[in-house]
Amino acid sequence: MVIKNNKNKEGLLREFSKGIFRQNPIFVSVLGLCPALAVTTSLENALGMGVAVSFVLVFSNSIISSMRNILPNKIRIPCFIVVIASFVTIVELLMAAFAPLLAKQLGIFVPLIVVNCIIMGRAEAFASRNSVLTSLFDGLGMGLGFTLAISCVALIRQVLGRCGILVMLLPPGALLTLGFLMGGLNLMKKEK
Amino acid sequence: MENRLISSTSPHIHKDISIKRIMWLVFFSLVPAGIAGIFLFGSNTLWIILVSIISAVITELLIQCLRHQKISITDGSAVLTGLLLAYTLPPTLPLWMVALGSFFAIAICKQAFGGLGCNIFNPALGGRAFLLLSFPKYMVRFIAPFGSADSVTSATPLVLLKEGNLQSISQIGLSYMDLFLGRRSGSLGEVCIALLLLGALFLLILRVISWHVPLSFILTLGITSWLWSGKNFACGDWLFAILSGGVILGAFFMATDYVSSPLTRKAQLIFGFGCGLITFVIRKWGGYPEGVCFSILIMNATVPLLDRFFPPRVYGYKK
Repeated sequence: MVIKNNKNKEGLLREFSKGIFRQNPIFVSVLGLCPALAVTTSLENALGMGVAVSFVLVFSNSIISSMRNILPNKIRIPCFIVVIASFVTIVELLMAAFAPLLAKQLGIFVPLIVVNCIIMGRAEAFASRNSVLTSLFDGLGMGLGFTLAISCVALIRQVLGRCGILVMLLPPGALLTLGFLMGGLNLMKKEK
Repeated sequence: MENRLISSTSPHIHKDISIKRIMWLVFFSLVPAGIAGIFLFGSNTLWIILVSIISAVITELLIQCLRHQKISITDGSAVLTGLLLAYTLPPTLPLWMVALGSFFAIAICKQAFGGLGCNIFNPALGGRAFLLLSFPKYMVRFIAPFGSADSVTSATPLVLLKEGNLQSISQIGLSYMDLFLGRRSGSLGEVCIALLLLGALFLLILRVISWHVPLSFILTLGITSWLWSGKNFACGDWLFAILSGGVILGAFFMATDYVSSPLTRKAQLIFGFGCGLITFVIRKWGGYPEGVCFSILIMNATVPLLDRFFPPRVYGYKK
């Protein structure tokens, strides 16, 4: 890749920023809804989940990107999963050691990051075709977008739930909140 | 002179039947049961009904104004939703919760899907489900009929059954006649079966509703309850199963909602069967004593599928 330094910087910034709004994994690509629905009962959980996913996303993206030329095409998906699973294990152990309360709250959803479709999707659609640095920035942006999105959902659910509308803390509340945020964003885009 | 000829494709036969007429007919057929509720549970009931209707109408008006749509509050659909929602609530519910439930029913169960005709779920039942999940404590606080102003709370017959200390209804001093006339605790509009049936008969005669959904609903529930709700096989109390809870209200007035029930007769029979079966399953094994609300909502979700399997015959085509 021969890109001039200046252009390169701009490109990186764009790769980073696209995950936050334009291609937001939750609101636009509608990926990784499982944690978005399950752990958004409180803001702490959502932030914890967001950080964990972002960590895995950044590292798996960079590693997969660096291996993209030596991976046999036919078994690339299993290879991705091995890489992702390694990082998820790291996160799981780190969380159990340094934030045991959070680990307990998130429970099964931490190991389930392995099958999170945002991470798999970015590995397949982006990291396996782009350079290490761009993939790293892509992972950062996507992770941040994911964190912001589920924090939004969690904030609304937690506030309404604490106000006494119990249903917002139950699964239907997650679907309602997510649906209305998505609808609102689409409306904003349409009017622009 | 204005050209008053209308050119359109067939069918050309029209009937003097409109949304407005149907909605108000259903509304008036429900009024007697509401009056019975006020008579049984006191004046608070009247306030619940009024708040529910007013909140529904205001919500509809606001949303249609905000979305620059034609204002259609006089067609009675919002009024009917408010009334039906109120009928499914316990008579002690705080009024602000009633208003919130009514708002939810119209704003989210109806208008968010695109308004009248587009809603997948029955709005009134959606509002009830929302309230039941949000304020479970208040939604199960029933009172005995003819109580004083600070009315005594009293479990509904179905709750007693669920708790397992009910062998026969005579044990709690009730007869089938009491259940039929509504002398029991329960939601404010569901108790007086006699007047509900009168209203339903009125609608059936006027052909506003068809018998398919209610009959298969009630029959399924009766048969499954007779077979499996008793201690031994085929000795369950089927009459009690039908007369308790909101079965009559649900079967005749909610499951027959035009928008959220299937189009063809065959599909309607299956729809009613599903409602009855799920009601029985929830009552027998579920966490709630009553399952009519959730069973109709669940079957509402299957309506697009049923309509696909049993499509209405296109006018002019043979099978």
